[in-house]
Amino acid sequence: MIETTDQNIEQVLISVLEKVSDPEIPVLSIMDMGVVRSALIINGNVKVQITPTYSGCPAMDVIGDDIKKALKDAGYESKVDLILHPAWTTDWITPRGRKALEDYGIAPPLNPTADKEVLLEEKRMVSCPNCKSTKTVVVSQFGSTACKALFKCEDCKEPFDYFKCL
Amino acid sequence: MKNNLYNYILGIADNSLILGQRLGQLCGHGPSLETDIACTNISLDLFGQVRSYFQYAAKIAGDQRTEDDIAMLRKERDYKNVLLVEQPNTNFAFTIGRQFLFDVYHLAFLTELQNSNDFTLSVIAKKCVKEVSYHLRFSSDWVKRLGNGTSVSKEKMQEAISDLWTYTDELFYQTNADKEMVFEGVGVDVTKLKNNYYSHINKILLEATLEIPESKWFQTGGKEGIHTEHLGYLLSDLQYMQRTYPNMEW
Repeated sequence: MIETTDQNIEQVLISVLEKVSDPEIPVLSIMDMGVVRSALIINGNVKVQITPTYSGCPAMDVIGDDIKKALKDAGYESKVDLILHPAWTTDWITPRGRKALEDYGIAPPLNPTADKEVLLEEKRMVSCPNCKSTKTVVVSQFGSTACKALFKCEDCKEPFDYFKCL
Repeated sequence: MKNNLYNYILGIADNSLILGQRLGQLCGHGPSLETDIACTNISLDLFGQVRSYFQYAAKIAGDQRTEDDIAMLRKERDYKNVLLVEQPNTNFAFTIGRQFLFDVYHLAFLTELQNSNDFTLSVIAKKCVKEVSYHLRFSSDWVKRLGNGTSVSKEKMQEAISDLWTYTDELFYQTNADKEMVFEGVGVDVTKLKNNYYSHINKILLEATLEIPESKWFQTGGKEGIHTEHLGYLLSDLQYMQRTYPNMEW
């Protein structure tokens, strides 16, 4: 196996898979999340490979079931496999996915260096999804799920989640 | 080879399983909402990692065993975790101290395991290493915060580090399976991680204005299945459901 970040998804399946969303972030399609690594039609059946965001992500089983259901509705029997390699990274979230996160109230990930600075040195760079102010501070490095940290905005006083870099 | 690999994987996975269970015990009992959530999030990461290891171990065993059997149906002496991770949540400083002393090791270990010539182990390590770097940030941050906090928080943090210190050297102990796997290019030679481990720990302790323990007496045994009394209680909790209702699923 070679290290690659290329996805291999058949064109005809894209619109079907785009309808499946992350159960914990319903506005985010699994395609925009980047967890679908391949989806191929082999002898009429679909073989899908998905990769977890975090090892312990409890959403993966549900996502697998939702994919099977969506494909069945589109007329395909399918098999969904979980793969760990290459490891998922927040870089795979698409620009549309980042926009969806922000609209939903979750600040999208910064780059890894900035990520360390906001989480450890309390630098103010994360933009509040509510009022866009960057006068924001970390409340907890771990938030409502493993992939997020908890922040608060000192201008509009709203607490919000920040999607950590991985 | 097969047996050594199986035991080697259990040696890695049991640390995460037992520490994950310890942290899970804080669910709803953390000192603040944020730390409660952080500890259980770390626990969840560790359990996720354990599943990858045990699924692989079950495949290697090649019999009817499943990942759940390996997690739930072994006796105390069959668990190969280091003594450090089974130590109780005496207070928040102990929880943080235990986490910190393990995280520094865990991150260094996984960084090396990425180079394993066993493909599955290297892939699992590549996944886990990213998660564990967050664990280490969290625990280091709290060691410094408590060390530099009030006289009470400093005293408790110091007590935790000094008490848990005796369990640190075991992280670098090698079982026969470990040695064999290092020889095969599968395992990590943990003895080579020791110097960096202590210098990293010492650096953070200095930043936390804490004293570096001087004791040279270290307790070992966990990796060979000889545990402290705390593990039995932890397992009776962990295994309760499978012992009471054998083979139950939900």
